[in-house]
Amino acid sequence: MSEITTTLPGSGPKQPLAFYDTKEHHPVNGTLLGFWVYLMSDCLVFACLFAAYGVLGREYAGGPTAQEVLELPAVAVNTTLLLLSSITYGFAVLAMQRNQRNPMLVWLVVTGLLGAGFITLELREFAHLISIGAGPQRSAFLSSFFTLVGTHGLHVTCGLIWLMVLITQVLKKGLITANKRRILCLSMFWHFLDVVWVGVFSFVYLMGVLP
Amino acid sequence: MSAHDELHAHGGDHGHDEEDFGIHATFGGYMTGFVLAVVLTVIPFWLVMDHVIAKSSTAAVIILTLAAVQIVVHMIYFLHMNAKSEGGWNMLALVFTIVLVVITLSGSIWIMYHLNSNMMPSMMDPSNLP
Amino acid sequence: MLAQTDLAKLIFGRLTLDSLPLHVPIVLGTFVVVAIGAIALLGAITYYKLWGYLWHEWFTSIDHKKIGIMYMILGFVMLLRGFSDAIMMRAQQAISFGDSHGYLPPEHYDQIFTAHGVIMIFFVAMPMVTGLMNFVMPLQIGARDVAFPFLNNFSFWMTVAGAMLVMCSLFIGEFARTGWLAYPPLSDIASSPDAGVDYYIWALQIAGVGTLLSGINLLVTIVKMRAPGMTMMKMPVFTWTALCTNVLIVAAFPVLTAVLALLALDRYAGTNFFTTELGGNAMMYVNLIWIWGHPEVYILILPAFGIFSEVTATFSRKPLFGYASMVYATVVITVLSYLVWLHHFFTMGSGASVNSFFGITTMIISIPTGAKIFNWLFTMYRGRVEFELPMMWTVAFMVTFVIGGMTGVLLAVPPADFSLHNSLFLIAHFHNVIIGGVLFGLFAGITYWFPKAFGFRLDPFWGKCSFWLWVVGFYFAFMPLYVLGLMGITRRLSHFDDPSLQIWFEIAAFGAFLIALGIGCNIIQFIVSFKNRERLRDTTGDPWGGRTLEWSTSSPPPKYNFAFTPLVHDHDAWWMMKKHHYQRPLSGFVPIHMPLNTGAGMIMAGLSFVFGFAMIWYMWLLAAVSFIALLAVAIGHTFNYHRDYYLSSDEVTRTEASRTELLASHV
Repeated sequence: MSEITTTLPGSGPKQPLAFYDTKEHHPVNGTLLGFWVYLMSDCLVFACLFAAYGVLGREYAGGPTAQEVLELPAVAVNTTLLLLSSITYGFAVLAMQRNQRNPMLVWLVVTGLLGAGFITLELREFAHLISIGAGPQRSAFLSSFFTLVGTHGLHVTCGLIWLMVLITQVLKKGLITANKRRILCLSMFWHFLDVVWVGVFSFVYLMGVLP
Repeated sequence: MSAHDELHAHGGDHGHDEEDFGIHATFGGYMTGFVLAVVLTVIPFWLVMDHVIAKSSTAAVIILTLAAVQIVVHMIYFLHMNAKSEGGWNMLALVFTIVLVVITLSGSIWIMYHLNSNMMPSMMDPSNLP
Repeated sequence: MLAQTDLAKLIFGRLTLDSLPLHVPIVLGTFVVVAIGAIALLGAITYYKLWGYLWHEWFTSIDHKKIGIMYMILGFVMLLRGFSDAIMMRAQQAISFGDSHGYLPPEHYDQIFTAHGVIMIFFVAMPMVTGLMNFVMPLQIGARDVAFPFLNNFSFWMTVAGAMLVMCSLFIGEFARTGWLAYPPLSDIASSPDAGVDYYIWALQIAGVGTLLSGINLLVTIVKMRAPGMTMMKMPVFTWTALCTNVLIVAAFPVLTAVLALLALDRYAGTNFFTTELGGNAMMYVNLIWIWGHPEVYILILPAFGIFSEVTATFSRKPLFGYASMVYATVVITVLSYLVWLHHFFTMGSGASVNSFFGITTMIISIPTGAKIFNWLFTMYRGRVEFELPMMWTVAFMVTFVIGGMTGVLLAVPPADFSLHNSLFLIAHFHNVIIGGVLFGLFAGITYWFPKAFGFRLDPFWGKCSFWLWVVGFYFAFMPLYVLGLMGITRRLSHFDDPSLQIWFEIAAFGAFLIALGIGCNIIQFIVSFKNRERLRDTTGDPWGGRTLEWSTSSPPPKYNFAFTPLVHDHDAWWMMKKHHYQRPLSGFVPIHMPLNTGAGMIMAGLSFVFGFAMIWYMWLLAAVSFIALLAVAIGHTFNYHRDYYLSSDEVTRTEASRTELLASHV
């Protein structure tokens, strides 16, 4: 706030206060904060889906129960993939900080492959459930299960598309400030999805199969 | 879902050539977070898959507590959350969101539990409790 | 033959010629009038060769002032539509007694009250509130634009796309017949198989994206782009209320998105969230949608509170009484608004413990709100109050809103609510606060900031005509509904048996007629003011003797808002500058960094409209194509890194010199 008390050039003692900034004023870029706020709003979308699962998650309507259809080993593998992709994205950010373009791209590709593996496994789980007659239409439990887990999966898919776009952009334009900012936004998005997944595997899978 | 791409892309780049994003990720930080996350994931899976705790409610509390701790770990080590980033606004937004998430979740479950018990007693056999 | 039908289904989905209301004379008549009007408008634009101007200067503009004005125009146009619905309902209820069944069949009446609610909240109040925040807030904080200028343009066009979907439902197919919140099981596919609820869902989802993004945008703008020296507790009160409103938008609209998505899944994918079978629970929908719905009320009213604060301080020639308490009251309301949602469904039966908790939290909200009323009163106390039009709206608001607030506290008492729930008393209550609060606030704001936006004042005579017609009309229209509600008449009825009630509905219809005249005067006011714009010209940039930064720049402001970024020392920054004999800078201008216009927002919103329309009519092919196109344009736009330019210091110097001339010519 020191600039406030400086006197206006040539104004003399009559006007001790300056009322405008004679230099070009750059407001701070708000993209990272804006993206964080977006993530917070997304958080509330998930809160609703969690609430729906919390209320409807035991309404089996005579259909299969959570204990019968949820397979924890597969979820453990999925959790591992997502957690690994989080740390590989972290390595990409570290490489970015050192301005090492190619190592960063390699880490981004690794992250993308892990994410793709996650999606593949999830789709297989869904296909299996539908094939045994436990599709989203069967009961309120399955509706809320598919929607919550599926929305998370949809976010991961969006993250993968974004990742591919971003890799192209870095290849085209290099590690310019705008691209770095985008990489950090995607990193927030990616880690945020891991946070949501912690909620999903705890609240849906682990608590779901409790007797 | 195109909104995701939107927001990051349109933060009018106000001409800064080099910018310090206020995020200082370190290898040690990521590894600490990763190890803690692995531990905090393995414990609940082990508890449930090996049926370590007989009582469901105890197991549920432990699972939720570990999940909460793990989320904090992710926030600190992966999302670099601290009280100072973006002048404290990130933290403020996060705390506000957590409060609202808690209100939404607990409020919905509380209200719907009472609605069901008052209006649909048939649905209230103990095995159906959330 | 079969292949042909399949192809037609793939392209047109369930849209057939029968979906057009060729057999409903009222709708057909409306359509003809609207079509003639639209052709005349488009013809006039073409004749005067305005397309290029509109495209370059308005549609693709990322200037927050122009986007704000476009929001206001959208809101006003939709007000005409929403009000036509209102007056149709009032006319129907005034004549539909005993043997007479009025002129509207029930299924049409049901669409009208649904459309009225949806349009008034989502496409009148929301755009106008967003528009005012968009226009005023960056000026108040001394910023050159919002944080994400492109996103701002995109948000606006998404709102337009949603509004257009609602308008489409008038002529293609039908709108929902479910009430403005589309409760299941009535809105489920089994009970409402036609396209009405789908119009509702997609219109709100598409507009909701725009609202959410605009909320994030304005929130970040306030946090990041305030002029140096403007600490949080030196922000103008309107900016404070805008901040809280946008916090609420960001935190509440995702809930609406989620719950409408679940309803859409029930309708499109056959899931069982809110169905009556297989474990679904319709009450969960009511619960979730009111978690959005109650904060929404405060999203609308908080900016109005901000407007009244600015207006009262300006026209009382005094700083606002109790600035800090005003800010704290706003913040407290923001938080409390998340703790009251159950009061919308006390009667659903969650029991004494739950009901009393939410009843008490609801009553607590009246404390900060009451504090605000006293702040405004104490601001006026011993002030030199000038009863210009904005101040008149403010006084009318204070009187009217207090009545609405008190009936609100009545409704917050759960036992009382059991007899008043869904009665006309409730209808009277929320119109009392929304018209008396939000709408009066918007009118005060429009009159107050109009000279800033266009460089000339609104004509006071027609403004006063409109004011009195609105206020008197409001009391005639809604006081009878309180009476009827206390007698136990419920809402959404298109026919009554008891003839003794008719007089009350006739009085209400008379009130609606007065309001119609009031809207007519609004329109005349705009026309007359435009014709007399030279006489009403504001050359000073500060026509009311304002206190905040927006009055320090010219009217209308140059596209860069401020030649130099202001430095702020206290609240009421402009008042302080005037007291310190501030001299406008006349030289030494530097180039100004500006964002570039882009048409991407409009294209993406247009594709969203097509996508929504295709989903409504099950045109899966078109839906897929438009979705992929939308994704492609969005991704393509991220490859555009060239988004800004520098406005040369010569141009700034020229613009400022012409203002100097203007100021000198009209001392």
